[in-house]
Amino acid sequence: MTELFAVEDLKVQFSTPRGQLNAVRGITLSVRAGECLGIVGESGSGKTVLWRSAMGLLRGRKVTRTGSARLEGRELLTLTPKEVRQYWGTHIAMVFQDPMTALNPVRRIGSQFVEALIKRKGMHKDEAMARTIELLRLVRMAEPELLVRKYPAQLSGGMRQRVMIAMAIACEPKVLLADEPTTALDVTVQAQVLELLSDLREKLGMAMVIVTHDLGIVAGHTDRIAVLYAGEVVEMASTPDLFANTKMPYTEALLKSIPRIDATSADLMEVIDGAPPDPVAETVGCFFAPRCKYATDKCRHEHPELVDDGAGHFYRCFYPLGKQS
Amino acid sequence: MTDVMSTAHLRRVGETILRIENLVVEYPSRAGRVRAVSDVSLDIVAGETVAVVGESGCGKSTLAKAILRLIPSVSGRVMLNGTDLTSLTGEALRCARPNMQMIFQDSISSLDPHLRVRELVEQPLKVWGRGTDEERRAKVDELLRSVNLDPEVVGDRKPTEFSGGQCQRISIARALSIEPQVLVCDEPVSSLDVSIQAQILNIIQAMKKRYGLSILFISHDLAVVRAISDRVYVMYMGKVCEVSTPQRLTSTPAHHYTHALVSAVPIPDPTVGRRRAVLEGEPPSPMSPPSGCRFRTRCPAATEKCAAEEPQLREVAPDQFVACHHPRV
Repeated sequence: MTELFAVEDLKVQFSTPRGQLNAVRGITLSVRAGECLGIVGESGSGKTVLWRSAMGLLRGRKVTRTGSARLEGRELLTLTPKEVRQYWGTHIAMVFQDPMTALNPVRRIGSQFVEALIKRKGMHKDEAMARTIELLRLVRMAEPELLVRKYPAQLSGGMRQRVMIAMAIACEPKVLLADEPTTALDVTVQAQVLELLSDLREKLGMAMVIVTHDLGIVAGHTDRIAVLYAGEVVEMASTPDLFANTKMPYTEALLKSIPRIDATSADLMEVIDGAPPDPVAETVGCFFAPRCKYATDKCRHEHPELVDDGAGHFYRCFYPLGKQS
Repeated sequence: MTDVMSTAHLRRVGETILRIENLVVEYPSRAGRVRAVSDVSLDIVAGETVAVVGESGCGKSTLAKAILRLIPSVSGRVMLNGTDLTSLTGEALRCARPNMQMIFQDSISSLDPHLRVRELVEQPLKVWGRGTDEERRAKVDELLRSVNLDPEVVGDRKPTEFSGGQCQRISIARALSIEPQVLVCDEPVSSLDVSIQAQILNIIQAMKKRYGLSILFISHDLAVVRAISDRVYVMYMGKVCEVSTPQRLTSTPAHHYTHALVSAVPIPDPTVGRRRAVLEGEPPSPMSPPSGCRFRTRCPAATEKCAAEEPQLREVAPDQFVACHHPRV
């Protein structure tokens, strides 16, 4: 399988009044063609910064990006804003968490689509409108002919998110990045949207990245999962392997904190006490050590490297779970 | 007749601390009045956690607000300790308010950004003139500690310096400062990360034990509700469609809508397999609800009877009540 989109040792720092804030501390990841990758982490783990900076959405005087982000072998980080813009929509597209603020509230749905199609695809107005209706039908919207005349505020959250998805796939991107695509939605609508994304991926042969804080969401919809903590990858494996053979204590703790509807008893949920390390302060040792119930002195003083178990299961821990020692 | 039927699931009057009978709430709109809560009856026994689940727009938050008398109701009764709150006005209503307090979904914006944490938690005590300065200070410290916040560290800071989970803990301390009997939680964890959700849910559980609270818990997430409640009401378009224990609801849901809600919850285990979304589309417009059963337009088992006749809540199994002509059990 070919690597479509890859970041290598990507570091992102923000200049703040308190000093340099390490949002992403050297992440190496790749997405293969047609694959669905899940990126899981708590707020502040760097999951959103990772993709936004790699795509060139996050840049400026106060942002330092080092490392590399390549799309089909082409380096993105060194491109000017104008150059990187060429890739948005056609190669890589994004679905945001909050569909209300991502859509223009004072323009009709149709005109927001048509603008993109005319600019990117050089279509005629009529042609673009026909394509818009086709796209809206593809995301299973009822009566797309009427919908194009409406404003975003007239739609429900689930409908707006489907409009966002239709817009993201309008120029047939090769990679679709979905950043918390269902967090603002009800569970029933969430199930619909996730299924829609999976179906579209199969139909259009896109690669997809789902960024979320909820391991439950990615369990049934991804091929591989990377777990992020404090700006680093702490575990990465194929989805079945990650769940069946969890190696990182942090991943285990995350899994245990999810309330399960298929729970057999009403046991109390386990809580991960404490908070992630301050991204401004210098931290020694394993970043998860202060919250880890298995931590030893070694964990508190040495920083573990990401290691491979030989079968493509990566973890960052001196004492991986499931190993007797 | 209808009255009797729609309250079949209520317990005896003497046992309950809060009892809502046939509550109706309407909002004015351009096209006439929208019935957001339609003939809902609900009761809470002291020390119990009762949850209300449903999709957005089903009227669950409106119900919570109407119970607290934050918005007016058209008809029905809200009995707290035997007193009908809907009959109270002015000072009498104000004096009844400390018995019921609320925490909201968006904890950061529900706290005054100009006040310090200590002032926020102390404010209700001051309003009600409880205790001396020292007593209040000791009480605030105790409350903050009970929600796992260190009063020395957080006391003089302002809400903007805290995360959503921390603000929710401050809200809980504030709501409990005047020792209410009933705590209403409106989606208290839905805007939080899963790892923080568990923290807040455990704190709510601990507070319930410590202060002997009864809780009304509003949520759209059945998995969350299952973890903390004793009894669950499922609402659809302003009506209660099923009432049961969380275990029974999730293992053998009787209403087709409950079944759809249960199937929609993601399971953090890839071997369980990908579940198909059972429910297509979204609820119809509340301006013109379908005739008969309101769920029939999305229901896989709908028949002509469902369009003609509105189902009432009835007991299909011990402690399981459902409003459906063709229940799944």
